Amino acid sequence: MKYEKVLHKNLETPGYTGSLADYERQGGYQAIRKALKEYAPTQLIDLVKRSGLRGRGGAGFPAGTKWDFLPKDPALTRYLCCNADESEPGTFKDRELIERDPHQLIEGMILAAYAIGAKVAYIYIRGEFVYGAQVLERALAEANRAGYLGKKILKSGTDIEIYLHRGAGAYICGEETALLESIEGKRGLPRNKPPFPAIHGLYGKPTVINNVETLSNLPHIVNRGVEWFTSIGSPPKSPGMRIFSVSGHVNRPGNYEVPMGITLRELIHEQAGGVLGNKKIKAIIPGGASAAFLTESSLDVKMDFESIAQVGSMLGSGGVTVMDEDTCMVSAALNLMEFFAHETCGKCSPCREGSSWLVQMMRRIEHGHGRMEDLDQLVRICNNIGGKTVCAFGDAEIAPILSTLKHWRSEYEYHIKEKKCLVGNRGGQLLTIGKH
Amino acid sequence: MNPETKKVEFSEKAQKEIRELLTHYPDKRSALLPVLNLAQAEFGYISEEVMIMVARLLDLTPPKVFEVLTFYTLLNDRPVGKYLIQLCRTLSCALVGSENVLGHLKQRLGIEVGETTRDGLFTLRTVECLASCGTAPVMQINGAFYEKLTREKVDRILDDLKRGDPPVLKPMGEN
Repeated sequence: MKYEKVLHKNLETPGYTGSLADYERQGGYQAIRKALKEYAPTQLIDLVKRSGLRGRGGAGFPAGTKWDFLPKDPALTRYLCCNADESEPGTFKDRELIERDPHQLIEGMILAAYAIGAKVAYIYIRGEFVYGAQVLERALAEANRAGYLGKKILKSGTDIEIYLHRGAGAYICGEETALLESIEGKRGLPRNKPPFPAIHGLYGKPTVINNVETLSNLPHIVNRGVEWFTSIGSPPKSPGMRIFSVSGHVNRPGNYEVPMGITLRELIHEQAGGVLGNKKIKAIIPGGASAAFLTESSLDVKMDFESIAQVGSMLGSGGVTVMDEDTCMVSAALNLMEFFAHETCGKCSPCREGSSWLVQMMRRIEHGHGRMEDLDQLVRICNNIGGKTVCAFGDAEIAPILSTLKHWRSEYEYHIKEKKCLVGNRGGQLLTIGKH
Repeated sequence: MNPETKKVEFSEKAQKEIRELLTHYPDKRSALLPVLNLAQAEFGYISEEVMIMVARLLDLTPPKVFEVLTFYTLLNDRPVGKYLIQLCRTLSCALVGSENVLGHLKQRLGIEVGETTRDGLFTLRTVECLASCGTAPVMQINGAFYEKLTREKVDRILDDLKRGDPPVLKPMGEN
């Protein structure tokens, strides 16, 4: 099926450069004109609440509700932060939105800042996005010159400044309170919650943190209305379009903007061109490395928040990784466990210590030195991490091991008993995966 | 502080950028990451002297700078080669052959992961997901992405760099 593009409409238009002139030619910056004229900030919050727009970063929290948590006292300084720290393995949609259509994001941020009454907003962009940072700096300068940003934007009474803040390499800074710590010039250690950022955020002030894709949806919701938005995707709980990043063993890896709720089968076989070499699918991660692995039997599940949760995984960041029948599930889980062990911030002991134990045990199994009792021990360690940490990282890091053990326990057992891999020759190096 | 420690200073251009940066935040400490990024661009890595200078500039104690420096993987506390090669090792790249690319890089450069070539030209690192899984396997060199790597492509890239053509920043899918 072909679908009408929304967030990808501009960047898929031939010749579109992402410049201010191009964006305006495509109807850009009309949404802030409309919002400033027609909606008081509280009405804009109400509009976004009614749209049912949910966060596209990972947690899927309703954006309007998040905004509404802010205290109503207008005297309080508040901040908006755009989370552009896209680091979830398998996810690369925000990077494309930033590089190809920066003004769509900036317009979304202006709308969000106006709604919550933030005069200052920051874009926290991961340090590796050097090109993306240059694109955004250029776009911010253009928007400032055109009067969309700065004092009294578009001659209204509203002041909005947006600053770019570059990270320096730390997955955890995508966790919203770690992101705030990082902007404050500290290590990115997640904060205890409550208090939540809506009450006590950046510099102790009420703060909203929204993902790039979430914010990029806003101009379209304002321009086309709630009825339009709630008529697409998978309403009532998962309305709207969604950009899925598809990677791994597929013929056409890439970002696909489709209505929320299409099946995994359609996404993989139609949009992404099917599996490399026409092989069978063994495993699918539907929402970034933090989401549990699914088997081929889940191909007809709808890609929306509820349906994916019902089969025991999560829609998360929309990063879909496809693994073919020749992929070793022990090494795939080890690969992601290495990731989490490297990225743990070290604040909570269960996660800090547990992640390195898990990696050591997984390496042992992968290298043919595992013991059968390791399998129960892996589960015990995972259960001592999940739910016992300050942030959701702890729950995320146990997903690959628990889900692969659940679906492919026999592969683990084979590694232990036969001291080799079920799907081929054993490799055993750090990077070894798939056809080894 | 070590009395031998050399005095270092930011260039005029960087100082101007820092003055601008400081206007972005209500709190000087917030400029720490941006200033460290600038310092790295200027001095190549964050030496003890640079760390102390940055601390003084932002009214912080050196340990406050040190703890940040050691937390973020893109900040180098020791010299690296002229070209820092960061090859992604995470799942999506591994599924389509990053291990072969790594083997080839090691062989071509004659170094192991974490090492720098004798001529000081290349440092090789493996890193976690670079958000380019749709164009895997990928690496970054001095911030520029190199996508859909093969042995032949790696050879071409290394030859170009050795010839003196600098890495070029390009959008996703174009390099």
